[in-house]
Amino acid sequence: MVEHAEIRMVHRGGSKINFREPVITNDSRFLLCAAGESVNVYSTSTEEYVHDLQGHTDLVTGVVLNPSNHLQVYSCSADGTVRLWDFTDAILIKTFIIGYPIYSIYVSEKHGGVVFLVVPMADYKSSGKNKLFQLVAVHLPHSGDQEVEARELSAVLCDVSPHAGAASFGREVCVSGMKKGAKNAFTCVSCHPKEDCIATGHEDGKIRMWRNFNQKKEYTYSTLHWHHGAVNTLCFTPEGTNLLSGGIESVLVHWHYTQENQKDFLPRLGAAITHIAVSPDGSLFSTSHSDNKITIIQSCVKVSAVIQGLVKGDGVWTNLIIDPRSKALVLNGKPGHLQFYSLHRDKQLYNLEIVQQEYIHEEGLDQFEVVNAAFDARGNWLATVEERRKKGAELEITLKLWAYDELTQSFVLNTTVTAPHEDQITAMFFSPSPETTMLVTTSLDGHFKAWLLADHSDANEGFWACDFVGGYHLLKPGCCSFSADGSLLSVGFQEVVTVWSPASWELLTTLSQPPGAIRDLCFGRLSCSKYLLGASTKNQLCCWNLLTCSLEWSTPMDVSLLQADPLSENMAAFCSQSGSSDLFVFKPSEPRPLYSQKALCTGKVQHAVFAPRDQMLESCEERTQWLNRSQLYFFTQHMDLLTFSTKTEEDRLLASSKQLMVDDSVAVTPFYLLLGKHRGQQLEKQEALTNPMAERTQLPQGSIAIKELLHTPAHVLPSASFLCAMFVRSLLISSSSTIYSVLCCSTFGSEYSLDSSWVLRYMLGTPVFGEFLQILSSSVRLDGERCCTAIFRSLQRCLIRFKSGLWLRHSRTFRDLSRSQSCVFLAVCLGLLSCCKVTLRPSLRSWALWSRFSSRISVLCSVHLSFDPD
Amino acid sequence: MASFKSTKIPIYPKLGEKVTPDTLYWKNYKAPVQIKEFGAVTSIDFSSLAPHNYAVTASTRIHIYGPFSTEPVKTFTRFKDTAYSGKFRSDGQLLVAGCEDSMVRLFDVSGKVALRVFKGHTKGVHVTDFTSDCYHILTGSDDYTCRLWDIPNSTELTSYKEHTDYIRCGITSKLNRDIFITGSYDHTLRMFDARVEKSVMTMDHSQPVESVLLYPSEGLLVSAGGRYVKVWDLLKGGQPLVSLKNHHKTVTCLSLSSNGQRLLSASLDRHVKIYNTTNYKVVHNFDYAASILSLALAPDDESIVVGMTNGVLSIKHRKSPEEKREMAGKQRMQPVYRIFVKGRNYVPKKDDFLVSKPVKSHLAKYDKQLKKFNISKALDTALESWRRNRKPEITVAVMKELDRRGTLKNALAGRDEQNLSQLLNFLIGNVVDPRFTPVLVTATEMILDIYQAVVGQSSVVDRQLVRLQELVEREVDYQQDLLEVLGMLDTLFAASLPRKEVPCPGSSRSNGLAEGSLGAPGPQLKAA
Repeated sequence: MVEHAEIRMVHRGGSKINFREPVITNDSRFLLCAAGESVNVYSTSTEEYVHDLQGHTDLVTGVVLNPSNHLQVYSCSADGTVRLWDFTDAILIKTFIIGYPIYSIYVSEKHGGVVFLVVPMADYKSSGKNKLFQLVAVHLPHSGDQEVEARELSAVLCDVSPHAGAASFGREVCVSGMKKGAKNAFTCVSCHPKEDCIATGHEDGKIRMWRNFNQKKEYTYSTLHWHHGAVNTLCFTPEGTNLLSGGIESVLVHWHYTQENQKDFLPRLGAAITHIAVSPDGSLFSTSHSDNKITIIQSCVKVSAVIQGLVKGDGVWTNLIIDPRSKALVLNGKPGHLQFYSLHRDKQLYNLEIVQQEYIHEEGLDQFEVVNAAFDARGNWLATVEERRKKGAELEITLKLWAYDELTQSFVLNTTVTAPHEDQITAMFFSPSPETTMLVTTSLDGHFKAWLLADHSDANEGFWACDFVGGYHLLKPGCCSFSADGSLLSVGFQEVVTVWSPASWELLTTLSQPPGAIRDLCFGRLSCSKYLLGASTKNQLCCWNLLTCSLEWSTPMDVSLLQADPLSENMAAFCSQSGSSDLFVFKPSEPRPLYSQKALCTGKVQHAVFAPRDQMLESCEERTQWLNRSQLYFFTQHMDLLTFSTKTEEDRLLASSKQLMVDDSVAVTPFYLLLGKHRGQQLEKQEALTNPMAERTQLPQGSIAIKELLHTPAHVLPSASFLCAMFVRSLLISSSSTIYSVLCCSTFGSEYSLDSSWVLRYMLGTPVFGEFLQILSSSVRLDGERCCTAIFRSLQRCLIRFKSGLWLRHSRTFRDLSRSQSCVFLAVCLGLLSCCKVTLRPSLRSWALWSRFSSRISVLCSVHLSFDPD
Repeated sequence: MASFKSTKIPIYPKLGEKVTPDTLYWKNYKAPVQIKEFGAVTSIDFSSLAPHNYAVTASTRIHIYGPFSTEPVKTFTRFKDTAYSGKFRSDGQLLVAGCEDSMVRLFDVSGKVALRVFKGHTKGVHVTDFTSDCYHILTGSDDYTCRLWDIPNSTELTSYKEHTDYIRCGITSKLNRDIFITGSYDHTLRMFDARVEKSVMTMDHSQPVESVLLYPSEGLLVSAGGRYVKVWDLLKGGQPLVSLKNHHKTVTCLSLSSNGQRLLSASLDRHVKIYNTTNYKVVHNFDYAASILSLALAPDDESIVVGMTNGVLSIKHRKSPEEKREMAGKQRMQPVYRIFVKGRNYVPKKDDFLVSKPVKSHLAKYDKQLKKFNISKALDTALESWRRNRKPEITVAVMKELDRRGTLKNALAGRDEQNLSQLLNFLIGNVVDPRFTPVLVTATEMILDIYQAVVGQSSVVDRQLVRLQELVEREVDYQQDLLEVLGMLDTLFAASLPRKEVPCPGSSRSNGLAEGSLGAPGPQLKAA
């Protein structure tokens, strides 16, 4: 079991940075925010991630500055500890053990050495759902030890909400509490820093200002109303001259304290505002948004930086996909967007806007959502499906196909197909064969369709058109899969697996293993390509041999997810058993798992993907061999991104990250990294350094270039385009002159005409240049839009029906009839053609729509017009 | 941050022909000049000598027209009966013509009286032509014979009596003085060599042949007869190459465009079709007012001359490049436009320092209102009369956008009689359009919901509601008919194809089960 322990689960980013309100340091240089089990430190000027404060063992639930020392910060966590940190050096100073899970933390300058915490009531274990919380004051004992127990709790208030906005400190008193009103329930509260005034936000969008609160029962209040949804958060500026509020409208409203009618707006912040924080000197605001984003705003007018984490929207409808070009993880991002997320750097690369419609920030509105996405094998094409279901109305589906544009390094819309199917699309895949670009979609309307790129000799770009419509006994297809070489397509029609040849669209064979509908289909790869695996709903995992068309083996497993490694024969199956998930990694040829892990996490694993590694690992141990070529990433129920990794690899990663560690507290920019590296090297040179990594990146000509750049006056410098070439050259290793020449061709703007994946891979090879990657990725702009619409011509439609094989189940008499009466046939055809000129799509659905409508209008007319004197 | 995204106006596929280089080329002709002749125009022939006059044979006359004149330059009237087939010699000096009175006359182009009269045929002569050496004349007649005549001696050289019906077309080779081809109503094409007594090649067109044509290389022969145009490969011994059936009445005349890339055929169905000679696909089509009997193209396609049965001669001249430029220039030279583009097309020099100004994005009126959440005003803007009538897709797109925002009902509500009738008018006009139906039906239902209470108060609105009801009922019937047709087609398709046996899953299933239970790998996996 020693080998077994070597593989461990690792948390790979994607944690929530908008969970609690962030803290801006006194000098406004850093922003600290709770992110999962650590506290992240970002630079406010460059939006770079600086480092994190690691130590908590559960969710961090609050971060506050130490009022007595502005270089220290308190953090509290659900693991029952409060920790004091030096955030500039990421050093843990003290740990106070409270003993209860903590939900938020407050401090006050007036009460030195005391922190206020929200903890559950003592009998929280028994109360089940309706937990009660209380606000307690804790005197932090002075002691020299690292770990201190602080068990002296004194209750201040009971029955408070665990929500962080529910409490705030005024001049003298602490205000907290949640009244349960009918429509105007409190959502947040904020105290004026100087005066006797409290602002409360309400569910109905109103803000109430309460004054003279300290004089008992003589308070007055005034109401401010702009928000149409609930007020999520409120914040006074440090001087108390302004009040900031935010809600679902994603507009930062800026109220003037003295003239209450005056307000300024900062609209279009992208997503609903959940928290607002102000720097102690009042120069910087930061707003946290519901799409896991923190925006830093300078003096209320200009957005200066955006810190974006892995967006977790309402759900991941598109499974996890790996972009073949950038090797980025692709999934649903902001509403109507796909996000490209770098797994190596835990950073969002860019957002691709799919829906291209104005997003209305309003609750309860049906919006278009991206529900499916697929890349072709080389990353040249991206297919997306968006749908919007109105209550009781027709489903709107759009299939969009995007071509990769080398010039702009982004995807450009090529074809839009409105209503590609009559019902929801369940699966969508590109054919992996290099000869044809083919897309297959399966839908609940009982058909699967193949889409081909129609080449047009006249136009330089082709568009996509439907090539084939297939079905099987009107059963609903749920999943499909291409074999590794694209020569076979298998479609699961409930309990039956059909195997088709995409070249001729012949139904080759059917396989079935009742009972239970097929949920997941997967072909084997490489040496196991003759096997087809299917997971059914009735706890069966079956493996068919396609050479003999017979079942090879089957096993009772409740497989929730089946995933094939594109680079090896391995397959991963996630099973859910009694509330937790198990993982099995196996080869289709032998039903013995290579690796298995029980009780991976609680809940079902819904999404997983194999991400190819840049460099192969040379592990030869049997247990860890399956991790050599690619890494398995998966999402738990709580949307945490986890992966598997070995100990040796972890150590290596740790070493390389230490190499990059910047000891200075200067903000980290790519340029800084470059300069700092050189300075460090010059120092280390005297000490006869032998680190191979540093030697590799040593650039004699680069340092000359930078010296030249920095020591000559600006007016005698050559033009920026000339310098740019030099700067780029300094980033490169001297031996690779070819890369240099390619890079020099491109200028620094947005025109990177070189093959990005090639350069990216090259740069990722050397960790320093990973920073340069960010410049590249930020230069990717997603504008430019070209919309062509694929045409369903009536004749084509006829032909499709003709090809579809739907006639197969009709009887022989009709054949005889048509043979004997060919003129009838002709007449019907002509009739159809003349009809089709007028109406594009005759279908049962439209007929039903019309008849429903007709009955409605006739009832109305008969009722109302019969009494009409005319 | 993200800017406002304008409402998406879907692009609907347009019906109509596609614009190809051929369309542009053949459309580049001026409006036709029409000249009334005395009878049906049976033949048109261009002189190969500049300025390319052309001889038009109609009734008992042959007129010679200059390239741009509408009055004949010269007229030959010495025919006692209907004249046929006026043809120029290749040097443009002589003109030959047949006649219904069986005599063939040879004219000097500058003279009036016939230089020679060839007598010998016993019936009307429909075909005349010069051989390539310019000394002989080929004639074909209704007496089933074709003959060769010597011009200096005006004597008959040879006579061939192989055809068994009227000879109505013929052509001489331009490369060999002895070879000529005739087509006859006996459905055959015959190739003759003057050095041989008999025909050297026979091809069966299987329709009465109306016209023949040789390609400039003379390897291919084109014949027209009945509704068919057929192409023959002479080098392969008269093998048929293509058979084209694009006309629905008899094809009467054939012609090649000057570079030999396009073939033109004229027919009694009043169309001239233009084929690509590489793939024999129709690339363009001209329509005329009456049945066409004759067709000719000037060298370099400078003009297309067509003669019709009603005696009208139609001449189309190609637009000269100056004219085209003039047309384009007229639109451009407006002063407002010049001010508008002032400085826009300035190209910065190499050393110039560029200060870029953010481009102000222009929003349409309805988008401006949508941005401010003025939903009723946005709908009003979209319903402006010109937009409603010219571009209903915009109005529908705005309605769809409002529906997406969940505010369509609010936007539709609160309208007075005039406004409402305007709205209903739009719905009546467009609700059955399949492109707009899904959106407009929702909107109509909302209108019915909102204005239910006021039905019966205004006669205008009530009348429109009744119209709407009729419209919808008609649509329902129509959809039902369509479904019936579709059902019929489905069954016919289903029946007309043989049923293919799909490999039966039954046997493999039992196999699979047996093996599955034999292998019993389940416990192993579980144990791990």
